[in-house]
Amino acid sequence: MSHLDELEAESVYVLREAFAKLERPAILWSLGKDSNVVLWLTRKAFFGHVPFPVMHVDTGKKFKEMYAFRDRYAKEWNLNFIREECPPVEMTDPTLPPAARSAARKTLGLKAALAKHQFTGLVAGIRRDEEAIRAKERYFSPRSEDGSWNLKDQPPEVFEQYMTSFPPGVHVRIHPLLHWTELDIWRYTKRENIPAIDLYFAKNGMRYRSLGDEDITKPVPSTASTIDEIIAELETTKVAERSGRAMDHEAEDSFERLRATGYL
Amino acid sequence: MPDHSGQKLAIVIVGSVDHGKSTLIGRLLHDTGSLPEGKFEALQAMSTKRGMPFEWAFALDAMQAERDQGITIDTARIRFATRKRDYIIIDAPGHREFLKNMVTGASAADAALLLVDAEEGVREQSRRHAYVLHLLGIRQVAVLVNKMDLVGFDADRFGKVAEAIRGNLNALDIEPTHIIPIAARDGDNLATKSQRMLWYQGPAVVDVLDEFHPRTRGIEAPLRLPVQDVYKFDQRRIIAGRIESGRLEAGQQILFSPSGKVVKIASVEAWNVPEPPTSAVAGAAVGITLDEQVFVERGEIISHVENPPVLTNVFRGKLFWLSKKPLEVGRSYTLKLATVEAPVVVEKIEKVIDTTDLGERQMERVERDEAAEVIFRSTRMLALDEYRSVPGTGRFVLVDDYLTVAAGLVSMEGYPDQRRQLAVKATNVHAVGHAVTREARTLRNGHAGGVLWLTGLSGAGKSTLALALERELFAKGWHVYVLDGDNVRSGLNRDLGFGPEDRAENIRRIGEVAALFADAGFLVVTSFISPYRTDRQRAREAAGERFREIYVKASLEACEARDPKGLYRKARSGAITDFTGIQAPYEEPEHPDVIVETDRQSEAECIEVLMNFVRQQFAI
Repeated sequence: MSHLDELEAESVYVLREAFAKLERPAILWSLGKDSNVVLWLTRKAFFGHVPFPVMHVDTGKKFKEMYAFRDRYAKEWNLNFIREECPPVEMTDPTLPPAARSAARKTLGLKAALAKHQFTGLVAGIRRDEEAIRAKERYFSPRSEDGSWNLKDQPPEVFEQYMTSFPPGVHVRIHPLLHWTELDIWRYTKRENIPAIDLYFAKNGMRYRSLGDEDITKPVPSTASTIDEIIAELETTKVAERSGRAMDHEAEDSFERLRATGYL
Repeated sequence: MPDHSGQKLAIVIVGSVDHGKSTLIGRLLHDTGSLPEGKFEALQAMSTKRGMPFEWAFALDAMQAERDQGITIDTARIRFATRKRDYIIIDAPGHREFLKNMVTGASAADAALLLVDAEEGVREQSRRHAYVLHLLGIRQVAVLVNKMDLVGFDADRFGKVAEAIRGNLNALDIEPTHIIPIAARDGDNLATKSQRMLWYQGPAVVDVLDEFHPRTRGIEAPLRLPVQDVYKFDQRRIIAGRIESGRLEAGQQILFSPSGKVVKIASVEAWNVPEPPTSAVAGAAVGITLDEQVFVERGEIISHVENPPVLTNVFRGKLFWLSKKPLEVGRSYTLKLATVEAPVVVEKIEKVIDTTDLGERQMERVERDEAAEVIFRSTRMLALDEYRSVPGTGRFVLVDDYLTVAAGLVSMEGYPDQRRQLAVKATNVHAVGHAVTREARTLRNGHAGGVLWLTGLSGAGKSTLALALERELFAKGWHVYVLDGDNVRSGLNRDLGFGPEDRAENIRRIGEVAALFADAGFLVVTSFISPYRTDRQRAREAAGERFREIYVKASLEACEARDPKGLYRKARSGAITDFTGIQAPYEEPEHPDVIVETDRQSEAECIEVLMNFVRQQFAI
């Protein structure tokens, strides 16, 4: 088996565990390259089918290309698609720096959506290599009722046995891409011919490496205008993937605080 | 040839707290050119801001809390590359209370670096971590003796520490590939050979890493495909799962265990592949369809017919206990092994192992962070493997109250595979009128059904022993039930009085009910004076070969002295008549299967006699 085959098998196993063990799981679709790979892997796991609802928690501030992508593939991939909205920014913690407040909106929207649909599990496309705090995640990561993550007391994850049953009120985040890297994502996207939003490809010497809200996401200098060129770029770069995401860099612990309170 | 295809070797770095793990990793990242741009400067700024000397460990300790406390809380994963290939470093925390995170980190590793402080030498934590590596089956280990600068790069000091740790590892069946003197802070013997320890002839750390091999699932091993789920999204009925070992092909005959069903693979299914597969190997997450519709579900293990997993309802687990609540005999936990989940009861703690010196103790319980060898009994048949033969189906975790409380390996040493027994018995079985045979019940329960008929004078201690025996057996996973005056007289025999005919009918009905319970797979313990041989003989005939007569013997004087219900007093005063031993005879058993003498033996001694008898007579 090739490296990509092994990555795929591990993710498929995790997705099948979620389907087998959780009562009401859903997939979070952020429309970015990672969650598109999650959807693809779901179709791999279930032989062309996506047996979970697919939810986009919409900030209303995404790029227009992202909305066009969403509307097209929700139909084309025959998804059981749910769109939920985020509350206004005034509802967020005013002690957070501005860009982090913008991100915190998504957390509030997520909590409201969880309460509304009573999902017991949310599949999210985060990876350990994206960000230092995410490196500490589990494949099955329990969240308390208010969505908070107790990162100092996480369940052990041994022998590919995951925490799949929970006391009432607790839900679980499932992270099938935890062991992937940004480079793996692009190599797999290329091999499987998965559609990708145009913003990832360089125009006028700039491209987006990571997509979020339009007002707090900046492109990085790049000449990579095809997947092959992106792969070549990533093989040598030392610039962090989320360097264009303002909310990570406002304070040393911005991201940790976001995540502990339920941010993805 | 450098391999940068994305395949990464996972290295876990373990060792006692403060022996310099995070420093080693930070420095290794820097020296192999793996730190992201600007990180070095950021670290410098961070250290200056805190008024501390430059700290390599900050490269990893991403969390604010960790930086402030100066310890690693959870398992962090860091990537770096040598000229040969890519690596993931799993930084396992050294603190005692974080052992579960260390187990999480280490279980995913291909190889390990064990770090020992040259000044402090081998510590309790070093030994404990070495034991974790042993228990998680990691056999590729290199030892780094760190902080050589603090001992003046002294070759003798290094030799002493090296000898001590080698001894520890050898006792665990681990031969370290190398033992390397290093000074992580300054980079000595990390990426390049140190000029300050010219007496050291071996390789540097990076070269040692490049020598390690990835751990792979065995393609040449026997086929094991635990059934993860069965899908019916369209016209196909697909059995899904991940192949733990071996390989399969369309057209092959396969066996499901423990159900014993044999069918053929019709097809291997996949979505969005260049061409439909006809085979699959270990590691693949597959789907197959069968040529015949049989009922199978999650938890079964698919193998080839000729090389099946072990069938058993009892096994030994060599485990690490991770919970604050101790493991205790008689307690029930949920076993998770591959995709099966089943309740198991702790039958026996064979030994508790002190991981710091590998000393063994006899203990009633296993406390957090201790290792132990424990016998588990399941009420249903389990398909599993000896860890050494097939790791994927020979390792398990235990769950209690939603939490994973143990991780361990299966050892079947001294326990037979029950598959043969099952097969032999199945061919000898004649129609018994039940679709579910007595043998099948016996195999699933782990014991045969039967009747333990306790007879003896009033006050001899029958009920006390019956109830104590019930508690003991129940705790060990037996299906057991006591029939006594309390639960029989109030319902079944409500219409009966205490005259001679009614007493005979009372015993007759109890004998019949006990026989039915035994048929249903239960071990029934009856507690009645049953003074007449003919009545007891009738009960024996009802239950047949599964009937055992237990004489609970005590002298009339002893019983009368105890007189727990005041009945002897009433009988002597004439308030009740026909009382056994006073106005009516007690006919002693002629050939009881067991005699316990409650006026000579303690209750515990009697229970021990009875437990041994029950195990020997009814356990499989």
